[in-house]
Amino acid sequence: MSTAGFARKETYIRRILAGIAGCSLFFLALIMLFLFMEGLPVFGRLAPPDFFFGMGWYPTQEPPEFGIFPLIVGSLAVTLVSGVLAIFLGVMTAVWLTEIAPAPVRRVCKPLIELLAALPSVVVGFFGMVVIAPLLQRYLDVDTGLNLFNAGLMLAFMSVPIVCSVAEDALYGVPATLREASLALGATRWETTIRVVVPAAFSGIGTACMLGMSRSIGETMVVLMVAGGAGILPASIFDPVRPMPAAIAAEMAEAPFRGEHYHALFAIGMVLFLFTLLFNTIAQRIAEKNRQSLG
Amino acid sequence: MRRLLFALLLSIVAGISFVPAAAAAEEIVVTGSTTVLPVMQKAGEAFMAANPGIALAISGGGSGNGIKALNEGLCHIAMSSRDIKSSEMAQGKANGVNPARTTVAVDALVPVVHPENPVKALSTAQLRDIYAGRIANWKEVGGTAGKIVLISRDTSSGTFETWESMIMNKEKISPSALLQASNGAVVQAVAKNRRAIGYIGFGYLNRSVKKLDVDGIEASPATALAGRWPIARELFLFTNGEPAGAVKKFVTYLLDPQKGQKAVAETGYIPLQK
Repeated sequence: MSTAGFARKETYIRRILAGIAGCSLFFLALIMLFLFMEGLPVFGRLAPPDFFFGMGWYPTQEPPEFGIFPLIVGSLAVTLVSGVLAIFLGVMTAVWLTEIAPAPVRRVCKPLIELLAALPSVVVGFFGMVVIAPLLQRYLDVDTGLNLFNAGLMLAFMSVPIVCSVAEDALYGVPATLREASLALGATRWETTIRVVVPAAFSGIGTACMLGMSRSIGETMVVLMVAGGAGILPASIFDPVRPMPAAIAAEMAEAPFRGEHYHALFAIGMVLFLFTLLFNTIAQRIAEKNRQSLG
Repeated sequence: MRRLLFALLLSIVAGISFVPAAAAAEEIVVTGSTTVLPVMQKAGEAFMAANPGIALAISGGGSGNGIKALNEGLCHIAMSSRDIKSSEMAQGKANGVNPARTTVAVDALVPVVHPENPVKALSTAQLRDIYAGRIANWKEVGGTAGKIVLISRDTSSGTFETWESMIMNKEKISPSALLQASNGAVVQAVAKNRRAIGYIGFGYLNRSVKKLDVDGIEASPATALAGRWPIARELFLFTNGEPAGAVKKFVTYLLDPQKGQKAVAETGYIPLQK
């Protein structure tokens, strides 16, 4: 083939790739447009404050009630509990891996932890339902083991690999010179880790936390199976809750097409989308700041 | 190169615009109650496989909408979880439609508790008070002291709808009820919790949970078919006049104990007696 032939081939390939990239972006944009088109009509019949701050979710009652406040609180509560657990476990594991574990252990452990992320959520949910819930009922004497704490714990299992992996990368990226300087100044290894390495990797760890939480708030199967599904404001960590994804997943199949309930569920999807977007934006911001400060 | 691209594009277009090639000779439109819907979907698939000349278009939307569609000539079969109202009958007559009723199954729900729960029977009034949140402790109904943990189906499920219409009497279910997404999940939740009460379709009963007598009547397919079990209702199909042609073929299939009625049992309802 002549040089011109190669050049033409190159152009084709470039165009095809651009086309494919354009397609995926286009479809994502369409999905978003669809989400808003199907969600916004609910406000034609319902005042936004009644929707966002209403306390009753009775979509099939006559007359129906579409208050999603308990659902929002449920989602945030579950995310908070899982966030606290996952950040604690994930960051501590990352610190151990980079600062304490010998290199061979680290090489084996890190992929293993990342493998945990491949655990299907339905398996995690089933574990929470069949194993953890009866344990909670037996040993803590709670009314139901399907509750906020159980859901948070299961979600933490699912987000620990992400938090740990991203935090570990951040910690590993801290220049060895910083550690050496600190040790040379007479600081112990613990002091070096806690006062020098972790603060230096702080923004990376922040990104890790945000990504972990964004994973938790959108996760559906686990909360559908173990959160209990009661649309109430939780008074304790052992109360059942009904997070937003669970409500959508459970009800969408039966909601009359293009009915008020259908639109309300899409509107919940919108709220959920905005929350995840918020978490991801914060994560990105933190990551960007990190890059600038290093550069 | 260009030719290859063109061929690729063509095959994509062909893939998108693919329609079932064998256009069916006859189409039966079925719509209505979401309670009956799963039976129809299950039986419908097998029916279509056995009768390639007939295509079924099955959708939900509620009993009222189904009967309305039948009266307006928009469907051949209306599924309904309640009997037709006299006003609907009159509306049909005015449109020249003569709704005829066929019973296809009996939908019966049974309240269940943990096998170790000493409570054996409740009244419908007690069940209503429990699910409305007025009775909150097992000792108020003769059990061991402890909070009653309510397990319910999701508010948009047919099972919930049945429970609501037959037990709740327009009252709201307490928001602290744990809503589960399937009959199986309710069984699972009740089997694992001593303080729980739930309700399920007859077909989902197993040994991991204990069924309760209601108003002094024992839950069994026999009492439900005899009309004595208080939380049971018949499920109907309405057609314009007695079923005929392809519609008759489908209805006969549904009533066959070896075919349609098997789907009824698999969906968790009670099959009709032979």
